[in-house]
Amino acid sequence: MAIKDMSLEEIVLSGNAACPGCPSTMGLRIVFKALGKKTILVIPACCTSVIESLYPYTSFDVPVLNIAFEAAAAAASGVVSALRMQGREDINVVVWAGDGGTYDIGIQAMSGAFERNTNFLYICYNNQIYSNTGIQRSGATPYAAWTTTTVGGKREFSKDMGAIVRAHNIPYAATATVSYPEDLFRKVMKAKSIKGPKYIEILAPCPPGWRFSMDKTVEMGKLAVETGIWPLYEYENDKMAFNGKSKLIFEGKIERKPVEEWLKLQGRFSNLFKPQRDEERLRRIQEYVDHMWERFKQCRD
Amino acid sequence: MRVIIDTGNYISAKAAQMAKPDVVAAYPITPQTTIVEGIAKYVEDGEFSGEYICVESEHSAMSACIGASAAGARTFTATSAHGLLLMHEMLHWAALARLPIVMVNVNRAIGPGWSIWADENDSVAQRDTGWLQFYCSSNQEIFDTIIQAYRLAEHKDVQLPVMVSYDGFILSHTSMPVQIPEQNEIDDFILKRVPQWKLDVDNPVTHGNIIMPKDYPSIRRAMQDAQEKALELIPEITEEWRKRFGTYHGDLVECYRCDDAEFILIAVGALGAESKVAIDELREKGRRVGLARLRVFRPFPKQAVVELAKKADLIVLDRNISVGMEGAFFSEVKAALYGSSDAKVYGYIAGLGGKDVTYKDIEAMCEKVMDGKYKGYEWYDLEGE
Ligand SMILES: Cc1ncc(C[n+]2csc(CCOP(=O)(O)OP(=O)(O)O)c2C)c(N)n1
Ligand code: SF4
Repeated sequence: MAIKDMSLEEIVLSGNAACPGCPSTMGLRIVFKALGKKTILVIPACCTSVIESLYPYTSFDVPVLNIAFEAAAAAASGVVSALRMQGREDINVVVWAGDGGTYDIGIQAMSGAFERNTNFLYICYNNQIYSNTGIQRSGATPYAAWTTTTVGGKREFSKDMGAIVRAHNIPYAATATVSYPEDLFRKVMKAKSIKGPKYIEILAPCPPGWRFSMDKTVEMGKLAVETGIWPLYEYENDKMAFNGKSKLIFEGKIERKPVEEWLKLQGRFSNLFKPQRDEERLRRIQEYVDHMWERFKQCRD
Repeated sequence: MRVIIDTGNYISAKAAQMAKPDVVAAYPITPQTTIVEGIAKYVEDGEFSGEYICVESEHSAMSACIGASAAGARTFTATSAHGLLLMHEMLHWAALARLPIVMVNVNRAIGPGWSIWADENDSVAQRDTGWLQFYCSSNQEIFDTIIQAYRLAEHKDVQLPVMVSYDGFILSHTSMPVQIPEQNEIDDFILKRVPQWKLDVDNPVTHGNIIMPKDYPSIRRAMQDAQEKALELIPEITEEWRKRFGTYHGDLVECYRCDDAEFILIAVGALGAESKVAIDELREKGRRVGLARLRVFRPFPKQAVVELAKKADLIVLDRNISVGMEGAFFSEVKAALYGSSDAKVYGYIAGLGGKDVTYKDIEAMCEKVMDGKYKGYEWYDLEGE
């Protein structure tokens, strides 16, 4: 669906506390347009629990349950069960969590809810850091990225959360980014139509966390896709299907841009370029991306 | 009304089934496990109409109960020791969110070393979470208290979660006869849950967002008011239960042979039951001693303790230890009396980690005080078998 055809109703209200250029609010706007008002949102500690405004006000026009950092998927399980007892299975139960709440502290509860076949949608907006607490590393932080706890650049690569989620054999999993709102919208609509656990992970370029100018959020997500470091795909009934530019990359119709083009625009990777180019680490990152696509190809063959 | 003979845990499962929670979320741990199994059997046999979520941890059990309760459901869970400790953050969350979740906790010691036996340290460590806490001394009391807990938790002026605790194995795995009212009588007693707030798509609210210092104290104050209201409601509820069903275990406190007593023993849970035998023996010997079994730890029955101290000096028995201080009940009894009473308070720690405490032991502890041989706070029978 084209943006102009999406609902004009705004569920993210004006007056929220997000940074300018915030990917969380951009993502939520689109997600809500797809979900509509028959939605209950469960939010663990993350930037969004700050963005949503101070008691007694709110920035969201749907019911929201704030919950402890590690507990979102379990709390959502309870909401789902309660609604089923009330005969209200028409309501979408949605977790909206950061990568810290998903890759790290909340992974157990999420895994449990997936395994129990809970009928809910888990959305991780992945800004690749703990933003709420002021930019610390998470299991999703990329190799070599500066954070306040990886001052010389992270020494490890991020977890392959896509593979972890797919290993649960849930009916639907997808990646998206705020830079392609139509793609995100379509994926949320798809997830909404499927019963059982659904997972969507949205790459969320965060200006203060990644150290880029707040007018570049969209560009940063696009480049992540074009360089191949963030593949867009859907996983349904055991099958992977790539979308948008990732599809063209997968089919060999366009070349991936060098990952360096994405890295060099972000201050968090400046240690790769200054005082001099760190060829070794740049090579490792490019190899990581190449290898990821190699594995995708092998899966197909 | 019918009588069934079963263990404390199966009686818990029965009470949970008859309270008709919409959602149960629980995770097994010794010695609570047979509650979970009992409920699973009701589900299997079609005798439980709610949702039963087999979560992957106690943390998620409490989180799921919070989610369900926030969506308006009646909820139940059960745990013990390490499970309860794992829930700790979510216990606070449930209470601050004012959700009337009912939970059974089977009191068990905490490791290392791994111990599965009775000890109150697990629930005592949850003292400040905002939960109401009951301690039972018989299987009948377990049944009655769980049902009454729903009535209390869901009362419009309380709206706080309730924990019903009892000693691992001593009660959880011991069979006793229990009178069970008819289902319709239970339904009439508990009433329907009317949530004071809930997740509702027709009336969207954001629950639990950031709260500034100017607003925070009043939510704590409201919890305190609710617990104080519970002090009034508990005697009303236990009295109504007695009128309807005939069983009664005391209100905040169960007093046993306290008239004309010079000393009153304060004990909790199964030690309270054992103490009755000790009191009978001592009375046989002409000793003027009675028992006050505390049924409720939160809200703490301050006034009731003050009344006891008007009649007698107090001897407090604790199956828990706040390491670096003393037994929790001993501390709290003294705190309740401060400024209102000159009564003497003597204390013992006994039975940690399930160490056997017989009525003979309790008699000996009381006699030591009454004979003037008590020499300060004591760990009874520390080295004994
Ligand atoms: C148990 C617990 N540990 C730590 C915290 C502190 N904390 C709050 S949010 C957060 C990081 C959130 O990171 P993420 O999930 O990536 O979301 P983001 O802030 O990036 O939006 C941390 C560490 C907490 N609230 N609870
Ligand atoms: S730190 Fe990043 S994710 Fe958090 S509010 Fe700001 S822009 Fe949004």
